[in-house]
Amino acid sequence: MSQSVKYNAVVTVLGKDRVGIIAGVTAVLAKMNINISDISQTILKDMFTMIMLVDTIKSTCDFETIREELRVLGEEMNLEIRIQHKDIFNAMQRI
Amino acid sequence: MFENFEILETINMFRNQHLDVRTITMGINLLDCADESAETACRKIYDKITKQAEHLVDVADQISSEFGVPIIHKRISVTPISLVAGASDVDDYLCFAKALDNASKTVGVNFVGGFSALVQKGFTDSDFKLLNSIPQALAETDQVCASINLASTKSGINMDAVALMGKIIKECAELTKDTEAYGCAKLVVFANAPDDNPFMAGAFTGVGEPECAINVGVSGPGVILAALKEVPGQSMDIVAETIKRTAFKVTRVGQLVAEQAAERLNVPFGTIDLSLAPTPVVGDSIARILEEIGVDTCGAWGTTAALAMLNDAVKKGGTMASSHVGGLSGAFIPVSEDEGMIAAVESGALNLEKLEAMTSVCSVGIDMVAIPGDTPTSTISAIIADEMAIGVFNNKTTAVRIIPVPGKVAGDKVIYGGLWGEAPIMEINPHCSQRLIERGGRIPAPIHSMRN
Repeated sequence: MSQSVKYNAVVTVLGKDRVGIIAGVTAVLAKMNINISDISQTILKDMFTMIMLVDTIKSTCDFETIREELRVLGEEMNLEIRIQHKDIFNAMQRI
Repeated sequence: MFENFEILETINMFRNQHLDVRTITMGINLLDCADESAETACRKIYDKITKQAEHLVDVADQISSEFGVPIIHKRISVTPISLVAGASDVDDYLCFAKALDNASKTVGVNFVGGFSALVQKGFTDSDFKLLNSIPQALAETDQVCASINLASTKSGINMDAVALMGKIIKECAELTKDTEAYGCAKLVVFANAPDDNPFMAGAFTGVGEPECAINVGVSGPGVILAALKEVPGQSMDIVAETIKRTAFKVTRVGQLVAEQAAERLNVPFGTIDLSLAPTPVVGDSIARILEEIGVDTCGAWGTTAALAMLNDAVKKGGTMASSHVGGLSGAFIPVSEDEGMIAAVESGALNLEKLEAMTSVCSVGIDMVAIPGDTPTSTISAIIADEMAIGVFNNKTTAVRIIPVPGKVAGDKVIYGGLWGEAPIMEINPHCSQRLIERGGRIPAPIHSMRN
């Protein structure tokens, strides 16, 4: 991942692996005009884990709406989907 | 850019380890609300709080949503009411408590602290009025918390006030006996009370504070416990270092939230309180941390040493993470609010005497401890006197929030629910301290108070 990746928030998806997780999440993000700058995924102890760095600046929705849309999608797909401003990770992981 | 494990570590702290910001507390100066007419003063108080804190809850919810950080409480602390109400033409300060209660409910916070008086050296007329109004004020309001500073290292211990508070606590218990003396849970007495404490029941805004400020209390026992589970059997050096590193991360969350809240509310950032505050939820307990460090049950010999190290390491890690640290800052050991403490009392491992020893090395003190309803008033005062002495002579903050539950005896249990938890009734040393309390007067300030 290069230093120039532009993002202001981190989307994390946790749950049981199944067909269509990435398709489902990216479709919802695209609908709200949210650009995905980076995606990575791993399987940790049978747990599907996807981390996306996203840019919500040009989104048509405010943060609360985005969060709610992702939460609803998570419920439908039986996944835990979160979006958090990147500063929380900066605060905790960087001095 | 972050590594995946860093992102997952942060997520996990919120998801599995109960990391949260315990409270955003807005401190509001009410000195300018003083008025000869109590009615006018109460109206000014209501107006000022509802204006100043109008957006507090919305902003806290917004921050919580954006950063994915649970913010448990939104609260208000005000200038000690004895200082504000003194100018008014009434002897009963119940109306002031009701004004605070109404304002608190209007802005949607869950508690307002500052039905308070600072009497460490003596009483003003207004202080007396406030103290005497406490039982009714706490019985007839829902969200008002009262705190009294009875002692300080600079002034010594006001033993007349210690004696009086024993009576007031009993009255408070009697007036709220239908709710297991819940009124006493909203009343705390202090030695060396901090001016910027965001935690209830002891929050008030001291006279050196600005017009308005945001003070934030962090939490995170679950995160510390999880980190310590990764270093079983390692030396105390490693344990202390692990706690420091974890406390740093926990405090950075509080600092971020405090900065954001201050900016969005256009109010100065005051301090971060570094306290580890437990909840009754399993996995969010201070006692379980002490047990992870190595005592089989909290209260066993070694508990005080483990707690001292924990408290110190939390401060060391947290101090670097925050631009301004204040409040109580240390590990809280409220019995009813900590699942491990409750279990320790019920197993017989933790008694009140050991709890007192523990308070000499951590913050707060004898907190949320339920005792038999027939405990003599002088014994309650003597418990307070001992706790005040620990604070005054060790140059630290200590407090007592004790609940003599009418009709209950040692071994019974009362359930308050929610974050207040459930309190096993603890056994009290039956020997009498009445003559000590009847002496009254003032215990002089210790020699080390003279540092000039």
